[in-house]
Amino acid sequence: MDVAVIGASMTKFGEREEWIRGLLSQAGDACLDDAGVVPGDVEHLYVSNMSSGEFEGQTGIMNALAHDLGVMPAYSQRVDQTSSSGGAGIYAAWQSVASGASDMTLLVGGEKMTHKTTAEATDIIASITHPVEYKHGLTLPSFAGLTARHYLEKYDAPRESLAKVAVKNHKNGLDNPHAQFQKEVDLETVLDSPIIADPLRLYDFCPITDGSAALMLCPVEMAEEYTDDYAVISGIGGATDTHVVHERDDPTVMGGVVDSAAEAYEMADLDPEDVDVAELHDMFTILEFLQMEGVGFAEQGEAWKDVEAGRTERDGDLPINTSGGLKSKGHPLGASGVAQGYEIYKQLVDEAGARQVEADVGLACNVGGFGNCVITTIMEANA
Amino acid sequence: MSFDAHRCPNGHVTYPGHTRCPECGEHQETTIDLSERRGEVITWTHSTATPPGVRQPNTLAIVEFEVEETSVRAIGQVTSDDVETGDMVEPVYAEELRDPDIGIKEPASQEWDGYRFEPV
Repeated sequence: MDVAVIGASMTKFGEREEWIRGLLSQAGDACLDDAGVVPGDVEHLYVSNMSSGEFEGQTGIMNALAHDLGVMPAYSQRVDQTSSSGGAGIYAAWQSVASGASDMTLLVGGEKMTHKTTAEATDIIASITHPVEYKHGLTLPSFAGLTARHYLEKYDAPRESLAKVAVKNHKNGLDNPHAQFQKEVDLETVLDSPIIADPLRLYDFCPITDGSAALMLCPVEMAEEYTDDYAVISGIGGATDTHVVHERDDPTVMGGVVDSAAEAYEMADLDPEDVDVAELHDMFTILEFLQMEGVGFAEQGEAWKDVEAGRTERDGDLPINTSGGLKSKGHPLGASGVAQGYEIYKQLVDEAGARQVEADVGLACNVGGFGNCVITTIMEANA
Repeated sequence: MSFDAHRCPNGHVTYPGHTRCPECGEHQETTIDLSERRGEVITWTHSTATPPGVRQPNTLAIVEFEVEETSVRAIGQVTSDDVETGDMVEPVYAEELRDPDIGIKEPASQEWDGYRFEPV
C-alpha cells in the first residue's frame, strides 16, 4: 500500500522551558490540526526519542503522549535508534500504514536536552559507544575530528570547504522561524572559532537543542479526503554499520548511508540525479560530505568540490539543508529525523515560504551514532 | 592485562572481539596480543570538549597494526599531544583511562584500564 504524508508540524527548536511531554504534545497537537485529523481517528502513534530516561527521568512517553493527545486506544510505541530515532520513526510509521495495520498514523519525535551541561549531554550521547571506545573518552565530536582529518588528508580537500557547509546552513536557517539560530556566520568566524576536535572547531558542530516535530501518515487512497496537496513516501531504507567505528575499512565511507540509500532508490525506482532537494544529517560539517557521497550526489572524495562550487546552496542545482540543517536548526536527537521529513514535506507541497525551492522529489538522510544506524527516505509530490 | 585482537578460523582479525566475525559470521577462536607490537597512526584528533571524568584535552588516535598477513585497527588515547598521521606508536599500559565514578556508565559494567599509544 502506498503511503502519504498529509500533515506536518514542528515546535520552535532551541532552549525551551517545556519538558519532554510538553514538547511532544505541542508538535502532536499542531500536527493533528495541520492534517485535519481528529484524535479518535489515529490508529498508531510512534514517538521517536533517544534518551528521555537519561535526560530527565521520564520513561513511557509514548503512552503519556497517547493520553495527552486523546488518541487512546491507539497502539503506541517509542522508537529509539539514537540520533536516527526520527528516521526510524518514519520507517515504523510507514510500515504501519504500508502493511495495512493502521489507516492513520501519527509520528512525533522529540528530545529535551538543554537543562544538562554540554559535558553531561556529550556523555549521555557517548554512552552509545563500545566500552573500548568509551573508556578512552571517545565522544561523537571526537569521531568527527578523526574522520575529518582523514578526509582532508586523503582527498587533499581544503579546510575551508568544511567551513563553507556551516556558512551555507546558517544562511539557510535565517529563513527558518523554527531554527535555533537565525544568525548568519562568515567563513572567518567558523575558521577562528575554538577547537572542539581538531581540525574541527565550534562552528563545525550542531548545538544542543530542545524541540519536537511530527508527521501524519495514511494510505494514499485516503489522503485526498484530507488534502489536495500531500507527499508520497516512495522509497525508504534502513541499514546498520559497525558499532565500533575504527573497524570500518575506510573511515570516510558510511556504509549505512550507502546501503540505506540504495534500498530507498530501488523502492522508489529513482536515481540520485532525480533528487531535487535533500536534508542531510549535518551534526558535524564533515557528515554533509560523507552523506553527499554515500547517497550518490557526488563521487567519493569529491563532495567538497560541489560545496565549493555552490551547487548545494539554496539557488544551486541541488539545494541541501534548506531548513538550515542540524547545524543551524538544532539537533534535538529524536526530533531531528522527523524535522527532516517536515522540511521535505513542506518543500514538496509548496509551503516552505522563503525557503521554497522547485522540487518534486526530496530525500532525507538521518544518521544515528557515527553512521552506526541510518535511515534514508525519499518523498515525492503527489501531482 | 593483554591487548587482545580476536581472530576467526578464516583469518579475519578485529579489535575488540565479537561473538561472530563481522566479516564471515564464524566464531572468533584465537587472540593476538597487540601490547608488544608497534602500530601506525591512521588519523588523530585533540578532543577539547570532553565528558566528565575524561582528561582535557584528550588526544586520540586510530592505529593500525600489521598482524599475520593482515592488519587490525585499534583506537585510544595518545600519551603526547604531539602526534602526526603516519607516526609509529607503541602501546603503554594505564590503570585508569578515565574516572569510572563520574560518567553515565555503571562502573562495574566495563573495564577502565587499557593501553595508550606512545609515539616512538
